Amino acid sequence: MLQRLLTYLIVFTAGGAICALAQILVVKTKLTPARILVIFLVAGIIMQAVGLYERIHNVLRAGISVPIVGFGAALARGANQYAEQHGFIGAFAGGLAITAFGIGIAVVSSYIATLLFRAKSK
Amino acid sequence: MATKAEVLRNKKYSEYIAAITPKTHLAQSLLYAFLIGGIFCLIGQLIYDSFEVIFPHYDHIRLGNITAMVLIAGASFLTGLGLYDKFARRGGAGSFLPITGFANAMASASMEFKTEGLTFGTSTKMFSVVGPVIVNGVVWSTVAALITMLVKVIAAAIGG
Repeated sequence: MLQRLLTYLIVFTAGGAICALAQILVVKTKLTPARILVIFLVAGIIMQAVGLYERIHNVLRAGISVPIVGFGAALARGANQYAEQHGFIGAFAGGLAITAFGIGIAVVSSYIATLLFRAKSK
Repeated sequence: MATKAEVLRNKKYSEYIAAITPKTHLAQSLLYAFLIGGIFCLIGQLIYDSFEVIFPHYDHIRLGNITAMVLIAGASFLTGLGLYDKFARRGGAGSFLPITGFANAMASASMEFKTEGLTFGTSTKMFSVVGPVIVNGVVWSTVAALITMLVKVIAAAIGG
């Protein structure tokens, strides 16, 4: 029980800290959110490629996998896994293949939301 | 060549602009980003752990996929209701960096262009915000995997 509470504390703190780090970039530099997303995405890809992500994820859990860093790591993991299974052509497919669960439901649920709801005026 | 009067006017104008531009309170915006980002991650962990209890035989990859899918579907639905933006307005990076922000960006882009039709509005614009993430993700993960392969081949050649 205590172990579980500690995990939740770590997840909350780590996830919050990563987002706060990105917020520093928002406030201190004039980088747009899209650019910041790409920076954290590529950071995840690099961490996965050098074998660092797995170890960090074992400690931080959802604290690092829910931010876009986790999406980058999943892409890199897929590309690598497919390259091992299918030869070098797998490198082109693996990223999309294993992240297709998320992208697929994002497309479908966005479409359904569009059919069901009307955009609120800003 | 700017006259003295012009230089003075420009200086005054710059001061005026600086005075009326709202100052972002760094500490406050960091706190909101921390809290909201942290909450989304915490919700993710709770979803993961719940499914792990319900389906103990699922491996961590499948549980991770389910977690991401629930977060994304939930964020799309909340975006549709207009609640995500309300909740996340102050969150800054705390609301766009988590995977829920990815779903929010897609759903709001596709809803915003509904008026231009489902094909040329919704379907065309759905990836207009998250496009850079997908493109860079595919390009750099492919490059990373190819480099990893190359390194292995070279290591094997040297080793053999």
